[in-house]
Amino acid sequence: MSALVKLVDVGKRYGEHVALQPTSLSVARGKTTVLIGPSGCGKSTLLRLIIGLVEPDSGSIEFDGAPIGPDNIDNVRRRTGYVIQEGGLFPHLTARNNATLMARYLGRKNEETKQRLSELCQLTRLSESLVDRYPLELSGGQRQRVSLMRALMLSPELLLLDEPLGALDPLVRASLQKDLKEIFAGLKQTALLVTHDLAEAAYLGDEIVLMNEGRIVQQGSIADLREGPADPFVSEFINAQRGIASL
Amino acid sequence: MNRIRKAGKEETIESRNQESRNRHFKSRFFLITWFPDFLLIFSCVPVFLIDSSSAANVVIGSKKFTESYVLGEIAKRALNDVGMPAEHRQGMGGTIILWEALRGGQIDAYPEYTGTIAQEILKSDRALSVDEIRASLAKLGAGITNPLGFNNTYALVMRRSEAQRLGIRKISDLQKYPELKIGLTHEFLDRQDGWRPLRERYALPQKNVIGIDHTLGYSALASGSIDVKDAYSTDAKIEQNDLVVLEDDLHFFPKYKAVFLFRLSMRPEAIAALRRLEGTLNERRMIRLNAEAERTKNYTRAADLYFGRRAGSAKPTDESFPHELARWTLRHLQLAGFALLLSVLVGIPLGIVASRGGAVGHTIIGFAGVVQTIPSLALLALLVPLPFFGISVRTAIAALFLYGLLPIVRNTATGLQDIPRALRESAVALGLSPIARLWEIHLPMASRSILSGIKTSAVINIGTATLAALIGAGGLGEPILSGLNLNDHVTILEGAIPAAVLALLVQWFFDLLDRVLIPKGLRL
Repeated sequence: MSALVKLVDVGKRYGEHVALQPTSLSVARGKTTVLIGPSGCGKSTLLRLIIGLVEPDSGSIEFDGAPIGPDNIDNVRRRTGYVIQEGGLFPHLTARNNATLMARYLGRKNEETKQRLSELCQLTRLSESLVDRYPLELSGGQRQRVSLMRALMLSPELLLLDEPLGALDPLVRASLQKDLKEIFAGLKQTALLVTHDLAEAAYLGDEIVLMNEGRIVQQGSIADLREGPADPFVSEFINAQRGIASL
Repeated sequence: MNRIRKAGKEETIESRNQESRNRHFKSRFFLITWFPDFLLIFSCVPVFLIDSSSAANVVIGSKKFTESYVLGEIAKRALNDVGMPAEHRQGMGGTIILWEALRGGQIDAYPEYTGTIAQEILKSDRALSVDEIRASLAKLGAGITNPLGFNNTYALVMRRSEAQRLGIRKISDLQKYPELKIGLTHEFLDRQDGWRPLRERYALPQKNVIGIDHTLGYSALASGSIDVKDAYSTDAKIEQNDLVVLEDDLHFFPKYKAVFLFRLSMRPEAIAALRRLEGTLNERRMIRLNAEAERTKNYTRAADLYFGRRAGSAKPTDESFPHELARWTLRHLQLAGFALLLSVLVGIPLGIVASRGGAVGHTIIGFAGVVQTIPSLALLALLVPLPFFGISVRTAIAALFLYGLLPIVRNTATGLQDIPRALRESAVALGLSPIARLWEIHLPMASRSILSGIKTSAVINIGTATLAALIGAGGLGEPILSGLNLNDHVTILEGAIPAAVLALLVQWFFDLLDRVLIPKGLRL
């Protein structure tokens, strides 16, 4: 099966600082690809390049076989869901209006949208009684569930998640990780997730992409990374994040 | 906007046409509707921008002091008596404002003094005869009547008791008393024939010289805060306050014979009517009329006296206080409300542009800031000579509009800049168009800041609008101004108290508006 998103030699710098060295990456359809690495390694930049929040200095990005440019970026954005840390929910809109914002903007039928919203409530395990609350009236975990509903509203082909669970306490985080895994599997969702937590990456990712200093160091399953580290950084990164269980 | 179209009433077919989708989106969204609501609220304040003068009316102006008011009223009556509709715009300001208004056609005639015409209008450095003045004015499209009879020259006055104690009779006697405190009107301080040459001529040694409003100066003189002040020789206050006029023994002050200055293009019948007033008023009679006006606080009564009518026989301008107050307040609200509406319509877009920063943004904020630093009186004076403005409601609204701009521009800009980057990016990543992002996300999120800017503007406007009376635009400044001219505290309070109450009400109204217009999610 061909890749949904394909980056070829994509590079980005901010002044003197190189955020991403020319990098190539394919995001396979129906799989969860996880970008992992230390802070500032370029993993978020890579995500922001795909959704068009930053423009690449070099290289090209293809979405479903077509190169992304100013002409089709809005189309790409509507076929993509985007979830960030802390949700990025608009505080002046209720959970319902946040989730259905784009559907209404695109003139989708009210009934369909309503139907879709209650499906998503079940999928993300958010009580339907909460949808008329404002973001400030929801807990951190509930906000992330609403944010996920908003991202999934238009049944996007691609889901981008930028440290979606980064600000949550461990228990909520664990329950959301489990739910995310089920959701991705149930929807056969193509997802690209950024995290700095190796356990999360191992748990959610079909494919793990380890990055450091603006480039991809190694790519493969967690077993590949553990057993055949491409360079000393890989071992170092894995060892640094060894869980309490192995102590 | 399509407010009537209710959400859910029509279901659009999945259309590929993005434009129609966008329109539909807008009509449905409640947030897009808050702005029109806002405009609606303000259009409830009826605005009559049309100048009250019509082509048929002869418009008489007057300067900001009792005698000018009285003469203006007399001229109006003289015209009415020959069947010509006339309007008297009272207390429009000083010489330059009246002269510009005359040249600009906003007024047709006003009472003036020969000395002032020679010095201030014709910029002559010597005294001119009436004929010389008439010839020079003709080139400027203006004419004068012959003198009305009295000479209202400048004079220096003192308390009688003080003058007798020190033995001062003449201005030259002042040389011996350098410790005397002198309070002068701002106009006298600045005039070419005013304080500076007077001091030189008489070699006056006094160092303690302050500028003070003419009417307030009489109070200061009575209380002993000052010892000497300038006055007009027909001032009713001279007798009332038991003052003495110091003899101009070196003949410094030129003649200030009262005349009517008029546009040569004024109708000949109107000119003829004004000329019938020539030579009918000597000093004593004028002092009496001035005293009558100040005693009764009613210029119409003084005019009655001139025409030999018994007071109270014809009182066309007498209206009940509640009615008067309602008229002032309504006009005040019109001025402030319409100016605020303009500030909002211009300020919010400018604030949106300014929020993007860069050279343009800084220029906008800078410009609005500079306007704010111009004293409001100076701003009015700067606008008056401009062709479109002149002495009119337009000028008052323009000045108020400029003052109201900065708080709105700045609050819109900061409100937008304060939106977290993550939320801006979320809106972009969703695929909303720039317009939709602005309407649906940015403006609602900045609404608290924008509204507080509008509130600030509104309160500033209510306060500053009292100055509109200076250029005859009316409002609650009218009683404040005439009270100031008549040294009548009750009249001042008749304008000042309602203006303060109005400012509080406006504040309260906007606090209420906050609850309606700021989305609930931002008020948690």
